[in-house]
Amino acid sequence: MAAPEVHHLFHAPIADHSFSADRATLAVARDTTVELYHRTPSGSGPGPTFRLQDELRGHDKTITGVDIAPRSGRIVTSSQDRNAYVWEPSASGEWKPTLVLLRINRAATCVRWSPSEAKFAVGSGARTIAVCYFEADNDWWVSKHIKKPLRSTVTSVAWHPNSVLLAAGSTDGHARVFSSFIKGTDERPEASAWGERLPFNTVCGEYLNPTAGWVHDVAFSPSGAALAFCAHDSSVTIVYPSGPEQPPQAVISVSTQLLPFTSILWSSETELVCAGYDCGVYRFAGSADGWQLSGTLEKDERGSASRPGLEQREESALNMFRSMDLKGRAGGGGSSGGVDDTKLKTVHQNSISTLRAYETDGEGRVARISTGGVDGRVVVWKL
Amino acid sequence: MSQSLRPYLSCVRSTLTAALSLSNFASQAAERHNVPEIEAASSPELLLNPLTVSRNQEERVFVEPSVNSVRVSIRIKQADEIEHILVHKFTRFLTQRAEAFFILRRKAVPGYDISFLITNFHTEEMLKHKLVDFIIQFMEEVDKEISEMKLFLNARARFVAESFLTPFD
Repeated sequence: MAAPEVHHLFHAPIADHSFSADRATLAVARDTTVELYHRTPSGSGPGPTFRLQDELRGHDKTITGVDIAPRSGRIVTSSQDRNAYVWEPSASGEWKPTLVLLRINRAATCVRWSPSEAKFAVGSGARTIAVCYFEADNDWWVSKHIKKPLRSTVTSVAWHPNSVLLAAGSTDGHARVFSSFIKGTDERPEASAWGERLPFNTVCGEYLNPTAGWVHDVAFSPSGAALAFCAHDSSVTIVYPSGPEQPPQAVISVSTQLLPFTSILWSSETELVCAGYDCGVYRFAGSADGWQLSGTLEKDERGSASRPGLEQREESALNMFRSMDLKGRAGGGGSSGGVDDTKLKTVHQNSISTLRAYETDGEGRVARISTGGVDGRVVVWKL
Repeated sequence: MSQSLRPYLSCVRSTLTAALSLSNFASQAAERHNVPEIEAASSPELLLNPLTVSRNQEERVFVEPSVNSVRVSIRIKQADEIEHILVHKFTRFLTQRAEAFFILRRKAVPGYDISFLITNFHTEEMLKHKLVDFIIQFMEEVDKEISEMKLFLNARARFVAESFLTPFD
């Protein structure tokens, strides 16, 4: 397996990142600004490097989401200051923000463009999802709210390929599927297993995590026939619906011994990639008959567990004290490899916050993914 | 390290590692606020079940996790009156300097001697596993420190008593 491409951009958390369709521009949320990096073919190191090109300023609180629309190139950002902006490049090369009328009174927590790029959804702490679309008459972005039956902060939103169905995860432990059909913007969707008639705010599915843990992320499979979500009890749940108003055909919950996952991505119809507080990227494989953890993207020699065993750690603490005593410096020089234990054995040195598809091959399978972490790194992995 | 300390510390370590899965979470009760939910306690669904790890009747650790903050309270061993005074003075010394001590809480949770409040901002700017290491190291060191202080105090008391009683010899 090729070594992952690591871009250490800065020492601050990356709440969200997004690549443009040609993968030349990388938008990264850094505190209250969004930084746009441009790829330069080759720096001193191997492979391409990213250089800071532009900054999008306008929010006055932490930015929680950034998404680049693949075809139109528009960037949408959401922030804890309750606002969202749509940024469009002007003729002079500057980015022009347009405020979105979100009408929410708590933080915006996440934002995603729909595949049609005519709409985007903003999750918020006001227990609402704002589905935003462009109103050409007034020349502004307006929103319609999905309120019921959300009972807590919306942590993530994900779009179905038909751009009408919207999945949302929430801290009340539910993953839900809604219809966000907006007359005039959307074409009437074909009937699917999720539902036939889909007026706005129809709840097409509501799935509770077995332990009612916070749902961190949701994702539709590439065909839209299945929904996966990861929750704070370190589990990944995959739901296969059977038909409108019917109980689902299969709900498969895979619990792991790892720390919770914060981000989830379907690489194909039968494979999932997850990442989170364990700082590593993990793969799950399966179908409607069952799912299981199939491996990790970290190198094998690093072992499957990103955290060294407890015994080893206690040992290394002992070594540390011994070496502090003998040598007057921290850092064990003993049996535990002779290196200090400050550096984790994973590529990311802190939690991974988002996973994104970076490149898809001809058959629609995701060939490469990118991860952004709290440690300020963006890493491109080959699957 | 004594026999019972190792499992105690490793249990605290795994509890803390799991509890430090924090995210940047803006308040859903107050507009434009971002507060530690464990302190605000405004929404019950954002708090996880608190957990106590005890080594014996005297020593225990209380971990209260939430979506964006964890409160860790430690009860330090106090076998007698002198240790009780020493622990009180020691923790007072630390809490008065809480600003310089990022994760220290100014006031201990009732029933405990010292409390730490770790928020997502701490786990973002510091290494998560090092924060855990720090608390474990603190727990290891504090017992030693108190015992040493007690020995020193006893030695000094003996010395004072001896010099005081010399004239009556």
